[in-house]
Amino acid sequence: MVPRAEFESYYGRPVIKAPAWAARDIAGYFFLGGLAGAGSVLAAGAHLTGRTTTATAMKVSSLAAVSLSAAALVHDLGRPGRFANMLRVCKPTSPMSVGSWLLAVYGPCAGGAAFCALTRRLPRVGATATGAAALSGPAVAAYTAVLAADTAVPAWHDAHRELPYVFSASAAAAASGMALVLAPPRESAPARYAAALAAVGEMTAMTAAERRLGMVAETYREGRAGALLRAARVLTVTGAAGAAGAALFGGRGRRAGRGGRAGRGGPGARIASAGTGRWITAGSGALLLAGSACTRFGIFAAGIASAEDPVYTVAPQRAAKERAARARKSAAREHAADEDGQGPS
Amino acid sequence: MTHQPHHLLSGVEPDPARDAGHDDPPPRVGFFTDTSVCIGCKACEVACKEWNAIPEDGLSLTGMSYDNTQGLGASTWRHVAFIEQQAPPRPAPDGAPGPEGRTELPLVAGAPDDRGRQAAAGGELRWLMSSDVCKHCTHAACLDVCPTGSLFRTEFGTVVVQEDICNGCGYCVPACPYGVIEQRPSDGRAFKCTLCYDRLGAGQEPACAKACPTESIQFGPLDELRERAARRVERLHEAGVTEARLYGHDPADGVGGDGAFFLLLDEPEVYGLPPDPVVTTRDLPAMWKHAATAALALAGGFALSFTAPAVFGRGGSGAAGGRR
Ligand code: SF4
Ligand code: SF4
Repeated sequence: MVPRAEFESYYGRPVIKAPAWAARDIAGYFFLGGLAGAGSVLAAGAHLTGRTTTATAMKVSSLAAVSLSAAALVHDLGRPGRFANMLRVCKPTSPMSVGSWLLAVYGPCAGGAAFCALTRRLPRVGATATGAAALSGPAVAAYTAVLAADTAVPAWHDAHRELPYVFSASAAAAASGMALVLAPPRESAPARYAAALAAVGEMTAMTAAERRLGMVAETYREGRAGALLRAARVLTVTGAAGAAGAALFGGRGRRAGRGGRAGRGGPGARIASAGTGRWITAGSGALLLAGSACTRFGIFAAGIASAEDPVYTVAPQRAAKERAARARKSAAREHAADEDGQGPS
Repeated sequence: MTHQPHHLLSGVEPDPARDAGHDDPPPRVGFFTDTSVCIGCKACEVACKEWNAIPEDGLSLTGMSYDNTQGLGASTWRHVAFIEQQAPPRPAPDGAPGPEGRTELPLVAGAPDDRGRQAAAGGELRWLMSSDVCKHCTHAACLDVCPTGSLFRTEFGTVVVQEDICNGCGYCVPACPYGVIEQRPSDGRAFKCTLCYDRLGAGQEPACAKACPTESIQFGPLDELRERAARRVERLHEAGVTEARLYGHDPADGVGGDGAFFLLLDEPEVYGLPPDPVVTTRDLPAMWKHAATAALALAGGFALSFTAPAVFGRGGSGAAGGRR
């Protein structure tokens, strides 16, 4: 880490330019894209395992999310009327180009899946669309991390190895949150497992990212980004824990309910317990959704903060330069020593 | 010549124009900006605005220096930086000859003894002036990430935005490691220096180089400029200006070398330049790999979440249901 005292700049002005993207549009796009993409995987799983209500709910949620995210993307363009220029070329070096094509494939699949599920028509087509959306969904959820990381923004680029895992886990948290809100309790077991996995995954990946970032990790801890990311942690962990806890409630509640029915007019407390389980589940789902949104808005804000303060551009680059110089010097010394050793012979 | 296009993302790239698909391109051209002779007259800024008909973008007084332009942007394609600072103390002030030329402007003309005293107190006051511009990178991140193909590599090896294609996605803006390109708020689209693509086509040199009265801005084939710059640094070093250094000249640096490079008299960050810029797409293959793994992990996680209830017992309530 380079101490701030050694750092120089041109009147404190930023070296790189922060994106002019609106947080609501682009961080919102990250969140909605994740919700849609991961939601399609969940929908396919529910579809395959006969959890029909969940499947339909998640298909509709994914269609809504991807439509909103596309709208946010177009809204953020300087020339929205020219959005079709995105599909003028296909450039693997441009994550935004890759993403546009991904959305062009994924969007109609998600739409087809939702349409067939809602209308209960063309089940074959619906199943195919569901499968295709589930295959392209994870790519939609993960690529937005590359979109952010493939910039000169220190808080994004320097975490380019970890960011895709953070984004995928956050997407899984959002999708399982949505399932916990929408799905009937008897179908919600997979979403509870997924929520727990997602929370663990996100916390692990975030910790790794911050470790990698070194001094730039300050931008993840301070200011607006810090507040958002702290909130995200609390919301995600509470949401996942709540979902698991509600399972215990729900289990007892259901057993109680059955007992109550058998004994005709069981104690009201037991029935209340079943209802409480349902509410805790839905509440946990909402927390997970909010947590995922906070993660995306927090990472977005950290990127802006790291672009606006020149220290985050200069100090890591200076350190890299000095490391390279030291490596060159020691290589030269070794080389010289080798020559000396071989010289006489 | 058996030259294979190889579309490198980073590293030494001898012929960017040919690799961008131009058959038999003219030699790559660029700028060598020798800041040691810049007098801060801003003729380049004015000539650029005039020739390219760039709109006015604020008439504010910054109060930080004579620099009221502040930085490169959508409507500022040449920017003269002014740095007021204490000159670095000379390594051997006593008896050693001071540097010649405009690199050191003492407020009070001092005798060698005087200079020694001032050096001990942190050096004399001096102005550094530098005319900044788009670097026309060998590996240009702006061009790599542009999703519409609006940014392209010209036959001269320069990087130019096509106004009629840009849809204002703004991706190039945070991609540039030098903070050059920007969206014009009133317009939405991205703009930057074209290295006077229109003038080059007509066999003319860019307006800024034409207007520069001290030849601080030199235009020409990049190979020639690099040789000339190396000689200039050598001469300055011989004259005792040991802090003279080239910036962006090295084809092996993080952006494959700049088409517009500089001779500086202090660390790059003092001029607002990044000390060790790297084209972000150098790491893009690694990013895609991690994204693919993350996407697989996402799918795998859900697969696990759907098999777990089946293994531990079916039903809605997960682990608790399993104990039924
Ligand atoms: S300096 Fe920035 S805008 Fe200019 S070519 Fe390089 S990346 Fe593009
Ligand atoms: S703003 Fe224009 S030039 Fe910049 S990346 Fe987008 S389409 Fe390309």
